[in-house]
This record gives sequence, C-alpha cells and structure tokens, in this order.
Amino acid sequence: MGAGMTRYLLGRIAQAILLLIGVSFITFLLLYILPADPARQIAGRSATPETVETIRKQLGLDLPFHEQYGRYLVNLAQGDLGRSYAQKTEVAEIVAARLPATMLLVVAAIVCELILGLAIGVFAAVRQGSRTDSGMMILSFVGVSTPQFVAGILMLYVFADRLEWFPVGGYGEFRHLVLPALTLGILGAGWYSRMMRSSMIEVLTQDYVRTARAKGASELRVVLVHAMRNALLPIIAMIGIDIGLFMSGAVVVESVFGWPGIGQLAWQAIQQVDIPIIMGVTLVAAVAIVLGNLLADLVAPLVDPRIRIR
Amino acid sequence: MKRRASTIALLAALALPIAVPAVAEEGKQGGSIIVTYKDDIVTLDPAIGYDWVNWSIIKSLFARLMDYKPGTAELTPSLAESYDISKDGLTYTFKLHKGVKFHNGREVVAQDVKYSIERTTNPKTESPGAGFYDSIAGMEAFKKGKAKDVKGIVVVDPTTIKFTLTRPDATFLHVLALNFSSVVPKEAVDKAGKDFGKKVVGSGAFMQADWKLGQELVLKRNPDYFIPGVPKLDQITFQVGLEPMTAILKLEKGEADFAGDGIPPAKFLQIRNDPKYKDLIVEGGQLQTGYVTLNVQMKPLDKLEVRQAINMAIDKGRIVKIINNRAVPANQPLPPTMPGYDKEFKGYAFDPEKAKELLKQAGLEKGFETTLYVYNVDPNPRIAQAIQEDLSKVGIKVKLKNLAQANVIAAGGKPKTAPMVWSGGMAWIADFPDPSNFYGPILGCAGATNGGWNWSWYCNKELDERATKADSMSDPSKAGERAQLWKTIFTDIMKDAPWVPIFNEQRFTIRSKRVGGADALFVDPVRIPINYDHVYIKG
Repeated sequence: MGAGMTRYLLGRIAQAILLLIGVSFITFLLLYILPADPARQIAGRSATPETVETIRKQLGLDLPFHEQYGRYLVNLAQGDLGRSYAQKTEVAEIVAARLPATMLLVVAAIVCELILGLAIGVFAAVRQGSRTDSGMMILSFVGVSTPQFVAGILMLYVFADRLEWFPVGGYGEFRHLVLPALTLGILGAGWYSRMMRSSMIEVLTQDYVRTARAKGASELRVVLVHAMRNALLPIIAMIGIDIGLFMSGAVVVESVFGWPGIGQLAWQAIQQVDIPIIMGVTLVAAVAIVLGNLLADLVAPLVDPRIRIR
Repeated sequence: MKRRASTIALLAALALPIAVPAVAEEGKQGGSIIVTYKDDIVTLDPAIGYDWVNWSIIKSLFARLMDYKPGTAELTPSLAESYDISKDGLTYTFKLHKGVKFHNGREVVAQDVKYSIERTTNPKTESPGAGFYDSIAGMEAFKKGKAKDVKGIVVVDPTTIKFTLTRPDATFLHVLALNFSSVVPKEAVDKAGKDFGKKVVGSGAFMQADWKLGQELVLKRNPDYFIPGVPKLDQITFQVGLEPMTAILKLEKGEADFAGDGIPPAKFLQIRNDPKYKDLIVEGGQLQTGYVTLNVQMKPLDKLEVRQAINMAIDKGRIVKIINNRAVPANQPLPPTMPGYDKEFKGYAFDPEKAKELLKQAGLEKGFETTLYVYNVDPNPRIAQAIQEDLSKVGIKVKLKNLAQANVIAAGGKPKTAPMVWSGGMAWIADFPDPSNFYGPILGCAGATNGGWNWSWYCNKELDERATKADSMSDPSKAGERAQLWKTIFTDIMKDAPWVPIFNEQRFTIRSKRVGGADALFVDPVRIPINYDHVYIKG
C-alpha cells in the first residue's frame, strides 16, 4: 500500500469518526427532547414519584443535556455502550448477539439482488425496446413497489405453507435463510435491474464497444466483458448504500421470518424508550453505512482503472 | 386468631364469587413444546420482568410463598406450607416447606425470602414492582436508605418468616404471590450481577437451559421441583421474533404448539369460523378494562353533565364489533371476572338524545372541541375514530392524537395536558385478581399526581377513605363483605363519571392439537397467557 493510500484511508477514518460523533449527537439530542420518560417506563405503574426520581438520578437522566452526552461520549471512547434500561444487560452483548444474523442476511440478500438484478438488467438492455424489455421493466417496477410485508407473507405462504420447500421462519440453517434473503433480493433486484439497464444502454453506445464489435469479438464477449464491466460502476456504489440500509432497515422482513437481527432489536427498543440500545443500534448502522461506502470507493478502481484513489 | 392455610383458602373460596373448581391433575409427564412470540424475552429477572412475554415464564422458573391454584384466581400457599394471620391483621407468619431446593442445589430458607423482597424494593434494583410492598413496616426507611434492612421482615428460624405491616392490608397475600416476590438465591444474584435476568436460578418448576439471545430460550424440567408430578413437560422452547401471522402458519404446520401473541386481528374471523380450529381455540375472560379517561381538571370536562353526556354518547356495542367481538361492552371500571363486579349495575346506557340534553344543561348546546390521546397501534386508532364519530353526533368535536405508547403515558400523567385518553394497549390489566388493584393508582387520589396513572385526575377523599377501609379487612372470613364494599366504591365512582368504561377484552388462546390440559389452563387469570407447569402432551 502506497503512502497516498494510507493517507487516503486515514482521512476517511477521520471523516468517519466525525460523522459518527455527529450521528450520536443528533440521536442523543432527539431522544433527550422526546417527551417519553425512560425512568417512568422502568419504574412501572405502581411506582411513587420518589421512586421514579431515584431511578432518574441513578441513570443520570436528571443531569443537563451536555453532561449526559459528555458521559456517553467518555464511556463510548472506552468501548462502553452502556447497559439496556429494560434488559439490564450490556448493549454491546445484546447487539453482538444480533449482528451475525443480520450480516448473514445482508450478504445473502445482496447476492440475490446482484444475480437477479444484473441478469435482468443486462438482458433487458440488450433487447432494448422489445416486449421482453418492457415486460421485465414492469416486473422490476412491481418488485420496487411491493411492500416487504406483503412479499414476505406471500413467499411464506407459497413456499413454506403450500409447497413445504422451506420451514416457516426461523434461524440457524441454510434452509431458513433462503426465503428472507430471496424476499429482500427480489424486491431490491428491481432497483438494480433498472439501474443496470440504463447503465448498460449508455455503455453499449460507446466507441470502445463498437471497436470491440469491429474487432470481431463475439456478442456475448462484448456484452459480458467489454460493456458490463464498465456498466457496473453505479451498481457498486449502490451496494455500498445497501449494506448500510439493510443493516438497520430489514425490520419488516426480519419480523415476518423470525430472523433475529438488528432491525427487530431496534424496533423493540424504540417501543420501550430503551435509549442505550437505540443509541447502540444507530451507531452500528452508521458504521455500516460508512464502511459500505468506503468499500464501494475502494472497489471502484479495481473495476475501472481510470478511477484513482486520492 | 390462628388458622391453618387450608381453612382460609376454603373460606376464601366460599366467599369469592369467581371461585372456580381447581383443575384436576391429568396427563402424563414428558415431551416438549414450542412457544412463539413476536417480542423478545427482555429479562427473566423476577424483580424486573413485567411484560406479556416474560410474566408467565418467570412464574414457572421461580417459586413464591403464595401462588394460585392452576387455572383459577384462588390463592394457595406455595413455598409456604402454612401461614397464620394475627387477629389485628398486622402480622403474617409463614412456615416454609422443608427441603425445597434452588436450581443450584441449595435449600431454600427463610433468609432467602427476606433477601428477595429487600432486593426487589431496593431502589438500586430499579424494580417496577417496588411499590407493592409499602405496607410492610420499615419499608419507607429502607427505600430511603435510612435502614440497612426492612425491619418488618423477620427471619424467625430457617423455615419461619414473619412480616409486620403498618396497616391491615387485605391484598398482602396477593402481593406475596406476585412475580416480584419470587425467591432468589443471593449467591447467584451476586455472581451474575446485573446479568441475573439472563442467568436465572430459582426454585420453580422449570430451569433455564439454553438461551440464544434474540432467538430462542429453552427451559428444562426441574427434576427436584417440590410439587410432586409437576411440571408435566420435559422441555419448553420459546422462539422469539415471529410475526403473529407467521406463528399461526407454524402452528398449522406443526412447527409450533402455542402462538403466544394469539390470533392476529386480520385473521381472527377467518380462524374463529374455521372448523379446523374449533377445538384449538380457548376463550376466557381477562382482568382488563378498556376505558376513556375524562380529565376532571380540564374545561369543560370538569362539569359532571358533560362527562355523563360523553358516557351516553358512545356506542360501545359498535366498538366491540369493530374489534370482531373480541370483547364485551363495559359499564363500570371492574371487569366481570373480578370480585366486586356489580352484575345489576346498568351504568350509562347509549342515549345520544339524552346526551345532547345534558350538554344543553351544561350550557354547551353548541358543543365544544377537545382532544383524545391514543396509542398508535391497531386497533386503537380505529376505536378512537369510532369514539370521535359518536361524539361528533352530539356536537363534540374530537381531535385525535395518535402517538407512541410512551408518549401517551407521558401526556396522561402530566397535569392539564390530555383531556381524554383511550387506555387501549397500555393499561389496565390487573397485577393480581383483587379489586383494590383497579382503584389506588388509576382512580384514587394517590395516582392523580405528576407522572401518575390516574389520567382522569379524579380524586374523591370520601371514596379514598372507603377504599382504605376495604383494604384493611384482611380477615379472610370478611372477604364477602369486603367485595361488597368495593362494589359500591366502583359504582359510586361512576356517578361522577371520570371514565367511560368501553369494554372488557376476552382472551382467545390458540394451541396445537398435541397439547392437552383443562381449558382453564390456557386462559389462566394469573399466569398470562398460559400456565406452563400443568399443560401436557397428549397420547
């Protein structure tokens, strides 16, 4: 790795840290001004106001905002995400228990998206203007606009309940992964195929494609090697965004299939005003978005040597 | 006056109108079931757990001095072999069963009982149940940190424990049957620290085995459980994170035995009318009332006529239909399964014309505008819309505020903030089957405080005195008289109309064909949603 690369990476890391501090500040502020009182939530309905006050003091919720946030940052710098209000367990432990499931689903979903999306996109672009093209684009439009809940329940009903090919939700084995990953993948493939199609159409009119054809390269080689490689660039950026999005945003699919991921955790924590968990999940999601984008930026030059990291 | 526990239970059974015959023991031991829930199991610490999912699991993991007969609301000694109540109702002495063992093998002694209640009430524990124990002598000093222990809890010898109260408290035996009174071993709590809720050691029918956070929890039978023949099952697996719809599909496929969240509203009618499910659904009452609070401190709801008019203007029958008849219309705060419920009481019948007249008397013939706070999860917004529609017909313009649960609770507990609150999805399911549980925090003066749960801010000193009197009648032979007293308190409250009681929810439990047990076990009034200790696998 050259000095330029090291400098680039350090710069990106510094940027990321600033970004994470910003995200944590905004989330903390929003939770602070929320009218719901976590101390009351913890104390329960039989509690006297004094008990609620005691709990508020113990959690440091009686302190002014800057002190609360300051404390949080100091702990965070030492790797301490705090303990959940409702569960009393360490946030790091709770989040860590959920991470593998979410990461597995994210990777599997992105693989599905890519295979389906790229195949449809390339195919439609090559047959641009044909019935196949418009049919495929209508399908991707349906994919993009179908709610996750509807698609998930439908997949469950058809493939698990009727055909009995897969179990009805759960986690642990490959057969559990197929339906949730396909649900996210099929819906996401809609975006990828549309993006890939327009990107391909643009590339196919470029001079070097014409040159390749003139050289006598087979049509298959022209499409798959010369054109596709260059059409992939916007897709790579999209994958980067998707990683971050799925890390925090697969709540619905996770609940439909009983997938024990981060999204479910976040949803429940919001219901319970469990601030340490909400903060923890937000940070994990932010880190995922930062890493996803960094990854996309690092991969781009490998695909297109014209792009250089500076 | 000294009595054996059995006599007391018998007397209580004769006096309580809801006494149900105890469930006969049946079914063989063995087998395992799978139970599904949407929400995660947050904690199994008996001092902390206070939700729908963990309530019944904690009951099966821990034992308490008192418990209820399976499938009923009838108190019975549990860890206690017997107990005596002094004549003045101020001293309770319990004799513990000998040889009961914690899951770690150590014997349960009286010191554990004292430790456990002091742990629950210690502010450091942050227990939502700490408020139930305030009648024990020395509790205030202990909570404020002025005393090292609770003076009113005395270990007489390893198998005898004595509680001294500051006032007679007829609900005290119920309090000792609450999850918060579960007996825990100090050494296990010290070892696990704040993680005790994930590494529990109790003396209940089941023991914690494997727990994959956010995925599944496995309980194994406690082979040394002190009640012979209990539990029936060898193992229970709780799978969490499953949508109710998915849970029903799993149940159909035989991949689950019990859908913890019940039947999803959207599928309710279809499943209810499907002959396939006829024998799998158990219906029962619930110690729950859904109500609208009318803030008596806010204009124009401070006028009695206005509150009465609102009571008459709402068509409760239609609301019950909106939720597919999963409830029965209510006319008083207490649910029908609670002692003290008045069967004869008619309340305010649906009569929009009369309501208009009352508004006219209050000088509001042109109507007025007000706001109804609602928890934003189905079916609550639909119920609120029905109320809005009904009230508009008598000239009351209602603005709806659909908010997250915590925000509705915050608004209700703030003075002069929420004129009306629909209680659905938040409160009030009884902690124990006693009418006093429906008064103090939600209708008494004590709850009408900043951050309290009395969202109508109704405070009637005279009724408060009567409530105190009723709760002092701890002599079990006076249970009938006491229920009578509570009955008039609640019907008298309705004269002031601080609430519009809307309905009492019914419970519909769905189980797989394999699972057996008396119907009462599946709608157990105390072990909500079901009694895990006594259900079994058929065949």
